[in-house]
Amino acid sequence: MSLFSFLNRRSSAPMARERLQVLLAHERAQVGHSDLVGLLREEILAVIARHVQLDQDKVNVTMQRGENVSTLEVDIEIPVTASVRAA
Amino acid sequence: MAKVIVVTSGKGGVGKTTSTAALGAALAQRGEKTVVVDFDVGLRNLDLVMGAERRVVYDLINVVQGDAKLSQALIRDKRLETLHLLPASQTRDKDNLTAEGVEKVIDELRKTFDWIICDSPAGIERGATLAMRHADTAVVVTNPEVSSVRDSDRIIGLLDAKTKKAENGERMEKHLLLTRYDPTRAERGDMLKVDDVLEILSIPLLGIIPESMDVLRASNLGSPVTLADAACAPALAYRDAARRLAGEQVPMTIPGERRGFMNKLFGRRAA
Ligand SMILES: Nc1ncnc2c1ncn2[C@@H]1O[C@H](COP(=O)(O)OP(=O)(O)O)[C@@H](O)[C@H]1O
Ligand SMILES: [Mg+2]
Repeated sequence: MSLFSFLNRRSSAPMARERLQVLLAHERAQVGHSDLVGLLREEILAVIARHVQLDQDKVNVTMQRGENVSTLEVDIEIPVTASVRAA
Repeated sequence: MAKVIVVTSGKGGVGKTTSTAALGAALAQRGEKTVVVDFDVGLRNLDLVMGAERRVVYDLINVVQGDAKLSQALIRDKRLETLHLLPASQTRDKDNLTAEGVEKVIDELRKTFDWIICDSPAGIERGATLAMRHADTAVVVTNPEVSSVRDSDRIIGLLDAKTKKAENGERMEKHLLLTRYDPTRAERGDMLKVDDVLEILSIPLLGIIPESMDVLRASNLGSPVTLADAACAPALAYRDAARRLAGEQVPMTIPGERRGFMNKLFGRRAA
């Protein structure tokens, strides 16, 4: 390493810190996100299954994260032939 | 009352096993009955670091499966009568470790020991979640380096989700143990600073263990570094950390920051 590049070399720790902060903010949000949707999906399924027979694969729960609001979309396909359980 | 500690990290090679042995020995030296438990099934190493590899007869899985009594599997340390080891199995399938089986063993250990220190395997899979499951307190071992910090963040998330404490709605106590800290690199600005890691992970600091040849030497000899050379820098740092774990207030020193001016000058030139 020449003297010039040695003097010019910036320390790398601040870069590491910055990259970590951005990455972890993202990863933490993702984990919280997937957990919440999974939980909602399970509980919604359980409630509906008490009344209607369902195909578990025909239940879609998605969440859209926006700047100010998030929307939760629940899409459930109920077959016409589904036996409706007495409440 | 017994306290169950899990030493965990996500990433491998950061110093979990070294720390389990060193903290275990330091706590046992205080006269408190301590057992170190190896959860790294198939890759056990705690027996080696403790210098007990030739004394292993039965292991954790034998006890879980009822093939041996707990008292038969426990190995008492030759140097400290308050220190014990429960080894992991080297050959058996780790699927033999069940959540219920582990719980029974931990409950039994709670009856006789003051400290139960669980050495977690690396990763975030079943072995790691089993090791943390019954803990009261977690020691998150982290190196000042990006991938280790990221993995510790994942582990902290798991500690808050997958443990008995978390499931019961209780708060999981977590401490950061910063290991393999190199003062020269820190000074050059090529290593994350203590404050950076603390700010990113936001859990309280238990101690800072310097990178040191003394650690290697101790594991070559088969002795926890706190016993191999009680006066060396990593031993002092581990002993302070053990005291903090036991609830004592001990002032924190950052390795290298107590060096005098001349020392610094020469240290820098040598780097
Ligand atoms: N403070 C330290 N200074 C120097 N070497 C260390 C230090 N801590 C751990 N090591 C070494 O790093 C390697 C991995 O340590 P180990 O405790 O086995 O990590 P883990 O259990 O997390 O995989 C070992 O060779 C160990 O001797
Ligand atoms: Mg290990």
